[in-house]
Amino acid sequence: MQLNREALTRAYRQMKLIREFEERLHEEIQTGEIAGFTHLYCGQEAVAVGVCEHLTERDKIVSTHRGHGHCLAKGCDVDGMMKEIWGSQEGLCNGKGGSMHIADIDKGMLGANGIVGAGAPIAVGAALSNKIDGPDEKGNLAVSIAFSGDGACNQGTTFEAMNLAVVTKAPAIFVFENNHYSEHTGVDYAVGTRQDIASRAEAFGMKVWRADGTDFFAVHDTFREVLEYVRTPGNGPAAVEFDTERFFGHFEGDPQRYRGDGELDRLRAERDCLKIFRKSVTGAALLEDADLDRIDADALQAIEDAVQASRAAARPAPENVLDNVYISY
Amino acid sequence: MAKMMYRDAIRNTIFQEMQRDERVVVLGEDVVGGMGTAGGPEAIGGIWSTSTGLYDAFGPDRVIDTPISESAIMGAAGGLALAGKRPVAEIMFADFIGVCMDQLWNQIAKFRYMFGGKSICPAVIRMPCGAGYNAAAQHSQMISQFVTNMPGIKVVMPATPEDACGLLRQAIRDDDPVVFLEHKFLYGTSGEVPDDPDFCIPFGHARLARAGQDATIVASGMMVSYAETAADDLAQDGIGCDVIDLRTTSPLDEEAILDSVEVTGRAVVVDEAPPRCSLATDISSLIAQKAFASLKAPIEMVTPPHTPVPFARELESAYLPSPAKIAAAVRKTLEYR
Ligand SMILES: Cc1ncc(C[n+]2csc(CCOP(=O)(O)OP(=O)(O)O)c2C)c(N)n1
Ligand SMILES: [Mg+2]
Repeated sequence: MQLNREALTRAYRQMKLIREFEERLHEEIQTGEIAGFTHLYCGQEAVAVGVCEHLTERDKIVSTHRGHGHCLAKGCDVDGMMKEIWGSQEGLCNGKGGSMHIADIDKGMLGANGIVGAGAPIAVGAALSNKIDGPDEKGNLAVSIAFSGDGACNQGTTFEAMNLAVVTKAPAIFVFENNHYSEHTGVDYAVGTRQDIASRAEAFGMKVWRADGTDFFAVHDTFREVLEYVRTPGNGPAAVEFDTERFFGHFEGDPQRYRGDGELDRLRAERDCLKIFRKSVTGAALLEDADLDRIDADALQAIEDAVQASRAAARPAPENVLDNVYISY
Repeated sequence: MAKMMYRDAIRNTIFQEMQRDERVVVLGEDVVGGMGTAGGPEAIGGIWSTSTGLYDAFGPDRVIDTPISESAIMGAAGGLALAGKRPVAEIMFADFIGVCMDQLWNQIAKFRYMFGGKSICPAVIRMPCGAGYNAAAQHSQMISQFVTNMPGIKVVMPATPEDACGLLRQAIRDDDPVVFLEHKFLYGTSGEVPDDPDFCIPFGHARLARAGQDATIVASGMMVSYAETAADDLAQDGIGCDVIDLRTTSPLDEEAILDSVEVTGRAVVVDEAPPRCSLATDISSLIAQKAFASLKAPIEMVTPPHTPVPFARELESAYLPSPAKIAAAVRKTLEYR
């Protein structure tokens, strides 16, 4: 289905925003200003955006340790996220969670997660809630999405969640982002089905799809089909595997000695979802380079503003440790 | 003696034990690092550098890089041990114990007793633990309270490179399952380690890290160095403290604690875990039960509050015990009338 100009612009803006968010964090982290472990989503933007552009606030997502892209794509506030990563009291989670635990329940973003494989069961629970709430006036169910990596698909929790979703016909969607690595280990080694994750989901009795995760249009078109299927009451869950790439290390500070010679340059040149998007929309004369350049500049500015706001934002006070608990000791 | 970092003491001890005893096997996530990648095995030897070079020396049968599957890692360690091997499993962060609790608690911990003494389960489960890196709620926790509460498990919390070596060797040679809690913050600390390839530290014997007459500070793991700093600061003001490094929380060296409190009459218990049903409460109750008559002041506990570990720098430091908080607690016991 052909997207209109507005939808294309929006999708590109979202992807670019994620890209600049992560590129900037990569730089800021080197200065030591930002604490903790940070896992950047650069390279995978087309997946988060290609999926989330279809969703409404009724739909829920559950994310991973590499969650910034999912959060932004689901509508989390850029400044609130940046401030959270900066550990500010004004952050989305008051500086309590940081990069790995960003959540915004009102936006349907049920949390990034530091525990690999923990997200899928939570997404199934949310999907069961969607099922209880029933379809909207158009007959469509709200869905809940579990984003998982190729590594997370080796956790028992992921398997249990898939089976539970199938037997309860929960409107859950398992989105597997296969970026070929779990930390420093290759998917060839760690996933017994050799690269293929969707076939595992299939074996659990789910309908599955596969697409190139560096091509926004492939993601977006595929996910429309997935969504139509899962929104239909009675169908139950589905899974989709996107072949994608991670441009930075597993976490910031990873020396990445497991990469091949020239691998990162090749990925940036040939598998960059933003470049691929630009080429395809300008090639088809849907958008002009100048339009995209303007979005690029806006995204850069938005991130610059978020960083400045984060630097200036209020820090938590020691007594804030005892906020959000029901005890005083 | 050789000066080395805590992480190298661990890596070297595993290496030597693997050389000595071919039943010793290592398993865990990324313990080889680089499997199935262009960089190849050992591209990155374990994220903590505690398994560097093991794969090259001992090969894939004895150095097993696992997928992200903690239940399978923990359970396989149990199975390897029941079948006669001596597994040293790594759970990359102690927090992930949540994923594999059953295999530890209902399986490994119980085999020997539940099978009427007909089996041994010599599994070592290494778990990097603790806060201090702003790694937030799911990568910073102290879990000593859970495992110390499990009958059947021995729990080790080495505070120095020397102890890491001697206690790990003991753990590998021990016939019971051992949870070995390595504080992540200690990995980069250095100290002298004996060269003796049979250097073992028996379990259940605390170490007197500082000696003094006025108060007893009981600590373990990372908290020991905080207690030492506090004791050194207090010594400047003429206040002398015993600092008892528990070394193992199960079995517990009750005698060392009680003997000290009987002399000092004042006790401060430091623990990195939340304050309820923990080592701190356990040791406080031990002192209250068995050294009550010696006490000159109420027992003080220095622990985090009863909350998850917060992310922001300011919050995490407010959360954690510190030398200043420990010193203040000691002074409080001294000021008690
Ligand atoms: C239960 C658990 N085990 C291990 C880890 C450490 N860890 C964090 S991310 C990661 C790799 C995850 O790989 P994948 O699912 O492919 O996601 P990616 O990092 O590629 O986005 C590992 C092993 C963890 N956080 N939680
Ligand atoms: Mg991956």
